[in-house]
Amino acid sequence: MRALAFVLTLLLALPAAAEDIVLGLSKDTVSINTSFDGSEILVFGAVKREAPIPDDPRLQVIVTVAGPHETFTVRRKEKVLGIWVNTDAVEIDSAPSFYAVSTSTALGLSLSDTEDLRHRVSIPRAIRSVGAPDTIEDATRFTEALIRIKSRSNQYQLNEGTVSVDEQTLFRTAIELPAALTEGDYQTRIFLTRGGEVISKYETSIYVRKVGLERWLFKLSRENALLYGIMSIAIAIAAGWTASAVFRIFRA
Amino acid sequence: MQIYLPIAEVSVNAFLLLGLGGIVGILSGMFGVGGGFLMTPLLFFIGIPPAVAVATEANQIVASSFSGVLAHLKRKTVDLRMGTVLLIGGLIGAALGVVVFNYLKALGQVDLLVKLCYVVFLGVIGGLMFIESLNAIRKTKSGKPPARKKHNWIHGLPFKMRFRVSGLYISVIPPLLVGVSVGILAAIMGVGGGFIMVPAMIYLLGMPTKVVVGTSLFQIIFVTAFTTLLHATTNFTVDIVLAVLLLIGGVIGAQIGTRIGVKMKAEQLRILLAIMVLAVCGKLALDLLLMPSELYSVGAAGGH
Repeated sequence: MRALAFVLTLLLALPAAAEDIVLGLSKDTVSINTSFDGSEILVFGAVKREAPIPDDPRLQVIVTVAGPHETFTVRRKEKVLGIWVNTDAVEIDSAPSFYAVSTSTALGLSLSDTEDLRHRVSIPRAIRSVGAPDTIEDATRFTEALIRIKSRSNQYQLNEGTVSVDEQTLFRTAIELPAALTEGDYQTRIFLTRGGEVISKYETSIYVRKVGLERWLFKLSRENALLYGIMSIAIAIAAGWTASAVFRIFRA
Repeated sequence: MQIYLPIAEVSVNAFLLLGLGGIVGILSGMFGVGGGFLMTPLLFFIGIPPAVAVATEANQIVASSFSGVLAHLKRKTVDLRMGTVLLIGGLIGAALGVVVFNYLKALGQVDLLVKLCYVVFLGVIGGLMFIESLNAIRKTKSGKPPARKKHNWIHGLPFKMRFRVSGLYISVIPPLLVGVSVGILAAIMGVGGGFIMVPAMIYLLGMPTKVVVGTSLFQIIFVTAFTTLLHATTNFTVDIVLAVLLLIGGVIGAQIGTRIGVKMKAEQLRILLAIMVLAVCGKLALDLLLMPSELYSVGAAGGH
């Protein structure tokens, strides 16, 4: 609430051109520590404007959060000699590891197709797949499968109608980040639209970082793999030795 | 209590892992097996990526076999010479296994290979054990001791060597080959291979039963440690947090299991183990044979 009041004071203090976005985030850094079990980020803000609010069409707000882009391989199983085996594979050149779209009304109503194409807002548009091998004719099925599988684990989300807009000025929404999260900068975009046209856009980043022990172990395992391996074995041997020593004490 | 695994990059319940470690520990204490062949599929079921499960399980086996081999060294039931020969084979096998593993990972067939290995080996060994223990139970009733063959084709091979602790004078080729095959399995399946090594030592090499377990544990330590290192340096898939949680559960479970095991008859134990092995095998086989509900799977970009 205090944050909202702060935004409102900003709103009064600053001069503005057309309709602009003033944004707040409940936090701009997500720390993955040992007990990390997902996180919720509150995205809120206000529309800054000098002219009176245009009556029609109504203002709509779209919020997208995208994790770092990765290359994925989607594989399809087929029955070969009585068992289910991976056969065809399509490489998806660039897809976000996490992607959430939240809108104030149905996405189709708040954003026209051309604007979607330009800004890559909807989930299928956020995924880039250049070409599949010639042997595979139904390459779109693989992209659909990626979306389906990622949606099931809450890593791709389409939350229509979850952005609440008050008086065409204040907006807020909560983005749910799942527990299985990768590190990186999560690009956050906010679009204001009227009648399907984007009238204003704002971009920022949420930083997702492993911290403490998680960070140290992960870095060590990548940058100094041999040392990490030796350490793993040493810990295992120490644990095995301790176990037998403790057991001997109990027996004696 | 949820815990985020830094390498697997998934969040799982810590008590679930401790419990899994504990249950598998109890079983391995009861039956004298490493328990890797049960733990790795269980890790698949709770959603740990297969590559991480296999590599981490190898690390956990280092701990449980080290703990076991200390006890056997005290009782002087480890044939170090035979262990070393098996070990040389095992290291060659583990290196081959990791190469095969990485090649198939690039092809997208690694899950299939791991699962097929499990189905075949668990099926064969579970089945044989089941029949053998049924026969043993019948024989105990008639009171006849089981006979052991003394001479077979193995005694005709060259490069003979004397193994004093085992009381054997045989060629080094069969133990080397046993070592290589167990090494390959250790790398691919994330198991110590005890459940294959023990029958091979008794029936193929003719080693006395009392030195078999200790010797197999001795060489398993080195093979799984080597496998862990290879996986850690080439695939970056050893999750030490996961390993430690499984270890703690496993170590406690093993103590409980050993006590339960002492109170039960050997044939009953073996038949229970056989049933369990067959159950795991059946579940994995069904997954391969029935149409999966999701035909597609997503992986990180392969081929590199």
